[in-house]
Amino acid sequence: MSSLVDKSQDSSGNRLEIAHFAVAISAFGLGAVMAVMQALSRADIDVVFRSPKVYYLSMTAHGVLMALVFTTFFIMGFGLFVARTTVGGVASERWAWAGFWVALGGTLITTLAILSGTSTVLYTFYPPLMAHPAFYIGAALLVIGSWIWGGVMIASWRRWKRSNSSPLPLAMHGMVAAVIIWFLATSGLAMEVLGQLIPWSLGWVDTIDPVLARTFFWWFGHPLTYFWLLPAYVLWYAVLPEIVGGRLFSDRLARAVFVMFILFSTPVGFHHQFTDPGISSIWKLVHTVTTYAILFPSMVTAFTVIASLEVGGRLRGGTGVFGWIKKLPWRDPFFLSVALAMLSFTVGGFGGAINAAYAMNAMVHNTFWIPAHFHVTVGTAVTLTFMGASYWLLPRVTGRELALPRVAFAQPLLWFVGMMMFSISGHITGLMGQPRRVYSSDYFGSEAAEAWRWLTLMSASGGVVLFVSSLCFIAVLGTTFFCGSKVGMVPTRFARSLEPLPETAGGFDRLGLWTAIAVILIVLAYAYPIWQLLTLERFGSPGFSPF
Amino acid sequence: MSNAQSTSPVSRTMRVDVYERWWLWIASSLILGFLAIIVASSVLHAVHPPSHVETIDPATARTESEFASPGVFPQPDGSTLVVMVAAMFTFDPETVVVPVGEPVRFRITSPDVIHGFQIAGTNANVTVIPGYVSEFEVTFPRAGEYLVLCNEFCGLSHHMMQGRFIARSAREEDP
Ligand code: HEM
Ligand SMILES: [Cu+2]
Ligand SMILES: [Cu+2]
Repeated sequence: MSSLVDKSQDSSGNRLEIAHFAVAISAFGLGAVMAVMQALSRADIDVVFRSPKVYYLSMTAHGVLMALVFTTFFIMGFGLFVARTTVGGVASERWAWAGFWVALGGTLITTLAILSGTSTVLYTFYPPLMAHPAFYIGAALLVIGSWIWGGVMIASWRRWKRSNSSPLPLAMHGMVAAVIIWFLATSGLAMEVLGQLIPWSLGWVDTIDPVLARTFFWWFGHPLTYFWLLPAYVLWYAVLPEIVGGRLFSDRLARAVFVMFILFSTPVGFHHQFTDPGISSIWKLVHTVTTYAILFPSMVTAFTVIASLEVGGRLRGGTGVFGWIKKLPWRDPFFLSVALAMLSFTVGGFGGAINAAYAMNAMVHNTFWIPAHFHVTVGTAVTLTFMGASYWLLPRVTGRELALPRVAFAQPLLWFVGMMMFSISGHITGLMGQPRRVYSSDYFGSEAAEAWRWLTLMSASGGVVLFVSSLCFIAVLGTTFFCGSKVGMVPTRFARSLEPLPETAGGFDRLGLWTAIAVILIVLAYAYPIWQLLTLERFGSPGFSPF
Repeated sequence: MSNAQSTSPVSRTMRVDVYERWWLWIASSLILGFLAIIVASSVLHAVHPPSHVETIDPATARTESEFASPGVFPQPDGSTLVVMVAAMFTFDPETVVVPVGEPVRFRITSPDVIHGFQIAGTNANVTVIPGYVSEFEVTFPRAGEYLVLCNEFCGLSHHMMQGRFIARSAREEDP
C-alpha cells in the first residue's frame, strides 16, 4: 500500500494506545525484576528474599506478566494503532476501552492472587496443582478483554472492506490474521479454564483430568506463540523495509505467510505433550507433521525479509554480494533491534526443529534447554522487535521526540549480548540434563550438577545484563513520555512493495474462508484423540496446593 | 488506494519470481526431508516418544495396585522391570540398579501432582501424571551412575526431588 493514511492526530485515540502500552511496559518492568532474582537463584547466588517460596511465586509472576500480560497488551495497543493508520480508524473506541478495562481488571486480579502466595502454579497452571479461584477468574477476564479487542479489530476491518475492493493494507492483513489465531487458540483455553479449572477450584466438582486439561492448554499454548509472532512479522514486513528506505520484496508471499499461520498454528499442540502418557503415539506423529508444516511460513519470512533488506541496502547505494549490509541504518534503534531479533530467531529456529522432532524431544523436554529456547524466540525475537517498535511508535502516539538516543542504541545490543549469555549456556546445561523451573540447581553437589555449575553462572550473568538492558528500555520510554521535546505527530508510513499491488483483493485476502478451513483442520487434529481420551476409564484428581 | 508506483530498477536486477520460486522449493524440500526421516524412523525402527495409554485411580494406586510395592524386578529373560512411584518429593525406589546392555522397562505413576522423571543427560524422560501410568523402555549401553531428577514443578521442594540410577555390568556381584 503506498498511500499515506494518517489519523494519528486524533488525540483521544492516542490515549487508547498509550494506555495499552503503559500496562504492557509496567508488566514488563515488574517481570524483569523477578527475572534477575530467578537467574541468580538458579545459580545458587544468595540474593535478598531468596527462598523456594519466593522463587516459585516470582516465577509464576514472571511467566504470567511477560508471556501473557506484556505481550497481549502490547499487541492490543499495536493492533489498534495499525487499524487507525491503515483502515481509517478503530470501529468503536468505546468498545476498545471496554476491552482494555476488562483485561486490566483481570490482570490485576490474577497478579494479586499470585503475589498473595495462594496461586503458585506457574504460567502453565497444570492441574492438579490448584490455585486460588481468583487466579483463574482473573486470567479468564484478561482473555475476555482481549476478545472484545479482537471483535473491535474485526469490525474495523469489515467496515473498511465494505467500501474498498483493493487488497487489505498488509499490516492490517497480518493483524487480522493474529486476531483470528487468537480466537482459535483461546477456544481451547476457554474449555480448560471455564469448563474445568474454575468449577474445580470453586469446589463445584471434586476432581479434574490433568491430561485433558493439558490437551486444552496446548491447543491454546502453541498458537499463542504465533499470536506473539505475527505482530512482530507485521513489523518486519510492513515497517522495516520503510525504515531502511527499501521495498517489501513480495507482498503476495507475505499474505500467503499470514494465511499459512491461520491454517497450521493450532493443530500442533501434542508436540508439547510428547512425553505424556494417555495420548497414543500415532496422534503425536500427526501433530509432528503439522508442526513441521508451520516451519515453512517462517522460512519464507526469513527469505522475504532479508531480500527486502537487500533491496533497501542497494537503493542506498550498496553494491557487491555483501556491500549492501554495510549501508543499512545500523544507528537506528528500531532497525538495530529488529536485526538482532532476527539473528536471535535463527538460533530459535534450529532449536525449535529439535524440540519438534518427535523422539529427539525426550532429550530436551523440560530441561533448561526449553526456557533457553523460548527466551531467544518470544523473549528476544518478539520482545526485542516490540522494544524497537516502541522507539518507533512512541513519537507517533505522543508527538514527542525519542529521548536518550544513545541509551536507545545501547539497549538492544545489551539485550542481545545478555540473551546470548543466558541462552547459549542454557541450551548446553539443558542437554546435560539440568531441569527448568528449579530454585537451586546444585542437587546436593552431585557430579552432574558440578559439571553445569559454571555454565549456570554464565547464564545468571546474562540475566544481570538483561536486567540492565530492561532498565535502559524503561528509562528511554519514561524520559520520552514525560520530558521528550514536543515535535508534533510524526506521520506513519508503511512499506511499499517492490511490485505494484493488484487493483482488487486476491484469494489470500479471503480470511473468512481460510478461517473456516483452519477450523476443519483443528477438528481433524483434535476431535478423535479427545474422544479417545474421554472414552477411557478415567480417574480424576483432587487439587493440591504444595506452596 | 490507487498505486502509482512503478517497478523499481532493483526488481529488474533481483528477479523476484526466480529467487522466490527457488527458495520455496528449497524450504519445502528441507521440511519434507526432516519429516521423511522422522516418519521413517518411527515406522521402521519403532522410535517413539513414551506414549503408553493406561489409567489408574490415583487415590488407591499406593494401596491397591502393583504400585503398593514398588521396586526393581529382574525378569527371567534378563530384562528388568522397574515399578516406581513419583510422589512429592521422592522417587520410590530412590536407587535403581540395573544390568548394562539389557532392556529396562519403567512403569511409573503419581498419587498426587504431575512430576517429571528424567535420568540427567539422557533421553530417558517421561511425564508422570496422576491417573495415568507412564511406561517406557531403555537400554543402557555404558556402566555408570546417573542423577535422576524431577523436571516438572511439583511444589516448594521440587528442586530436592531426586534419585540415583546405576547401570552396572552383569558380571559384577550384587551387593
Ligand atoms: C529481563 C530479562 C529476562 C530474564 C533475566 C529472564 C530470566 C528467566 C528465568 C531465570 C526464568 C526461570 C527459569 C526456570 O527456572 O525454569 C524465566 C522463565 C520464564 N521467562 Fe524469562 N527472563 C527474561 C525475560 C523474559 C521475557 C521478555 C519473556 C517473554 C516475553 C519471558 C518469559 C518467560 C517465561 C514464559 C518463563 C517460564 C516460567 C515457567 O517456567 O513457569 N522472560 N525467565
Ligand atoms: Cu509449540
Ligand atoms: Cu518436581
